[in-house]
Amino acid sequence: MFKHLPEAEVETLHLVFDGAEITARRGASLAEALLAAGIARFREGPDGAPRGPYCLMGACFECLVTVDGRDNRQACMIEVRDGMRVSSAKRPQA
Amino acid sequence: MTMHSPLADSGKMLDLVVVGAGPAGMAAAARAAGAGLSVTVLDEGRAPGGQIWRGVSDAPAARAELLGPDYVAGGKVAAAFSQSGATYLREASVWSLFRAPGHFEVSVSVAGGSRVLLARHVLLATGAMERPFPIPGWTLPGVMTAGAAQIAMKSSGLVPAGRTALVGCGPLLYLLGMQLVNAGAPPVAMIDTSASGAMVRALRHLPGFLASPLLPKGLSLMVRLRRRVPIWRAGPELRIQGDSQAAAVSWHGGQVAVDHVLLHQGVVPSLNLTIAAGCQIHWDARQRCFVPRLDDRGQSSVRGLYIAGDGGGIAGASAAGFAGQLAAEGILQDLGLGDARRLAAAQRCLKVARRGRAFLDVAFAPQHVLPPDDETIVCRCEAISAADVRAAARLGVPGPNQLKAFLRCGMGPCQGRQCGLIVTELLAAEQRRSAGDVGYLRTRFPVKPLRLAELAGLPADRAAHVAVTGHPPKEGPQR
Amino acid sequence: MFDTAVIGGGLVGASVALGLARAGEKVLVLDGADLSPRASRANFALVWVQGKGLGAPDYALWSLRSAGAWPDFALRLQRDAGLDLSLSQRGGFSFALDEAELAALEREMKQIDRETNGRAAPWELLDGAEVRRRVPDVGRGVVGAVFSPADGHVNALRLLHALHRAINHWHVTYEASRPVTRIEPLASGFRLHGEWGTKAVPRIVIAAGTGSDRLAAQVGIDVPLKRSRGQVVVTEKCAPFFPYVSATLRQTDEGSVLIGDSDETDTDSIETRPDIASVMSARAMQVFPRLADLNVLRSWTGFRVKTRDGLPIYQQSADHPGAFAVLCHSGVTLAALHADVVARQIHEGALSGELAPFSTGRFDVQAPA
Repeated sequence: MFKHLPEAEVETLHLVFDGAEITARRGASLAEALLAAGIARFREGPDGAPRGPYCLMGACFECLVTVDGRDNRQACMIEVRDGMRVSSAKRPQA
Repeated sequence: MTMHSPLADSGKMLDLVVVGAGPAGMAAAARAAGAGLSVTVLDEGRAPGGQIWRGVSDAPAARAELLGPDYVAGGKVAAAFSQSGATYLREASVWSLFRAPGHFEVSVSVAGGSRVLLARHVLLATGAMERPFPIPGWTLPGVMTAGAAQIAMKSSGLVPAGRTALVGCGPLLYLLGMQLVNAGAPPVAMIDTSASGAMVRALRHLPGFLASPLLPKGLSLMVRLRRRVPIWRAGPELRIQGDSQAAAVSWHGGQVAVDHVLLHQGVVPSLNLTIAAGCQIHWDARQRCFVPRLDDRGQSSVRGLYIAGDGGGIAGASAAGFAGQLAAEGILQDLGLGDARRLAAAQRCLKVARRGRAFLDVAFAPQHVLPPDDETIVCRCEAISAADVRAAARLGVPGPNQLKAFLRCGMGPCQGRQCGLIVTELLAAEQRRSAGDVGYLRTRFPVKPLRLAELAGLPADRAAHVAVTGHPPKEGPQR
Repeated sequence: MFDTAVIGGGLVGASVALGLARAGEKVLVLDGADLSPRASRANFALVWVQGKGLGAPDYALWSLRSAGAWPDFALRLQRDAGLDLSLSQRGGFSFALDEAELAALEREMKQIDRETNGRAAPWELLDGAEVRRRVPDVGRGVVGAVFSPADGHVNALRLLHALHRAINHWHVTYEASRPVTRIEPLASGFRLHGEWGTKAVPRIVIAAGTGSDRLAAQVGIDVPLKRSRGQVVVTEKCAPFFPYVSATLRQTDEGSVLIGDSDETDTDSIETRPDIASVMSARAMQVFPRLADLNVLRSWTGFRVKTRDGLPIYQQSADHPGAFAVLCHSGVTLAALHADVVARQIHEGALSGELAPFSTGRFDVQAPA
């Protein structure tokens, strides 16, 4: 779980992650928004083990999620938008 | 500075394309644009600043203050850059850098569409990334890098809640500890992995360190941190424990329950674009990483391609700024617009800014470059364990590229960013060779992923069609 | 101490070395450096038969024979190496994006049938509707295809790894970073020279891919090669959608999609060209529109081991009978026969008549006066 510093409020947005509604602040990356909502597990790794964001700068590719129907988006490289539908990634079945 | 529409100006030959808008990229672009060159800066970020000054232009004052004076100073550099004549493209990801006769073709993806920019010179200012930290449990959710925690703070004013342990060594980790304390989220523990005796070994570099601006900052930071955060010496068998999430950090003789673990044992140059562009690299034993071969102005082994900042060798933000200026001076010199006095001044400033680096490299040399056991994951993308890498090493593979073919280390989406150095170190250890002899992964384009449809939309001439299909392209709407 | 040294540790060299070791020989493999050009790491992993041997019926039949031998080869190799090769031989398509392409494919297949007296691999000509019936995801841009049940593919990188494990299992001495620069024929045997030193061995097999010509020349074997660079685009993994294979598009057992290919004769560089990648990607999307949203992770190039006529070379030196040259651009398809038939003949000291079509003598044939 990540928490916000006491700062002036910015606009609140609404997203869905794995079917559940969460809120986010405008300007955050999707990864930051999910972390702030208490979500640590973003996907299944290639061995089925749970994975979550690691570097937050686009270099590790651990924060992959499905956004509005498109797979394998790096959550740390996308800015949150109101109404985004996000789901955690399962590994592709061999 | 102009915000550039992705569809404008295709085909125009630019004087300089800069990749990255951190300290080095901004300094170079500002100098070059100020001298009248046509400069475009391609930045993955949402605003100038790179990683170290991420979000600086719209950080609330309280947030900037807790991040420290160096961060605040970055705001001035970003402001100056915005006033320069350079064109700035945000959220632009460079995925290919192709060298044509006399110029470069830079393929960049913006808003899901790719275009090719033409430039006489290119400056890579892509900075550094965290050195991998292969200990058991490092792939668990809840484990991130120190850099990630700083990004969360700078970008969104977020700090980890609950029990956070900092694990590793190096000034960045200590700075982060202080920033978290200032933010009201003090870590429950710092587990220091620097080698005992490293300080003593570093002493022969002390004169440089004493003469550098790093010393007074560093000492006061350590003193303040020790008062607020329990600091443990990491023993052997350092590991992160947990089922589906990090729950504890343990070592021989100690354990701390956690909700978050932040790892850090230094940063290393980002090399994927550098190598894919054909630049030669070599092993820097003191920094314990690969760095590009650069001349005394920052030009790489590829003529017209310059590298500045931590991407050319770790030296920090201040040095990066001077390296950016130096590269700009070098490029101006190439174009016959050089100013020898300014070039020499940039070289001098860079040299001064690099003082103290040797001390830090030795004092905080990473201690966990090799996975301690066979189960630890080496390649995160493909979940390949140290056992498999060691077995392939014993087969006698000549290097990381053959190993990649055998095991897939480096074939996942991160393209070796996390596993590359671990593989080199493992091969060197198992085969009793130097890391320089073992070599590094040869990365290829695209260095950042792009959709197939985006790639298919790039222009292609008749020769390209013939090479693929054996005949010229058909008329008609199909492409 | 060694019976034979194999120069080159790629798919061809390692296959031959495996066969020699299984025949009881003490084998040394001298391999190049990590970044030496290696067709073994830059191929399309096809066990491919259709369309091969146009104008060269022996090659068409040689390829077919090897494809037939592959299942047993794979079983035995998997046992020796402890690795699954993911061999899949469900059949392959050559997709046509217009009627001219389809007509050309049909003409070639019929010509091969005539030249082999009907002994070549079976095949069918399919129209677009039939293609889409068999592979529902195929796009409307495909007007038809040739399909052959003899075609397949394998995980070629795992094949290379398996061969290296297997030669290790059979006590082959493998030394990498030992490029051979000079072969010195001795009274009985050869001395191999490199910057690393020298090694004397009674017999040698030159299996050095695109580096074979200058080595073979030193023992009197003429290996005429022509430059042929191919580029491939690789996507991220996705759920299985294509259980067959095609020569320019396949889904690996890992789930990634390989898209090929080009034939470039004008460059020595390994740099991938975005424009060629673009043309290949556009064609791939015509065949499988669903690929559009997949991320491309990397692209690489490889230099095919292309002899002047594209056929393999199996040649024993006339001046130095202990020296052999073995090379081809189909190191995956032919691995089964290399490890078995070819290695056995080298072991026995002479290549048999069935390999005569692939001797270098064919390059000496002059045009009629």
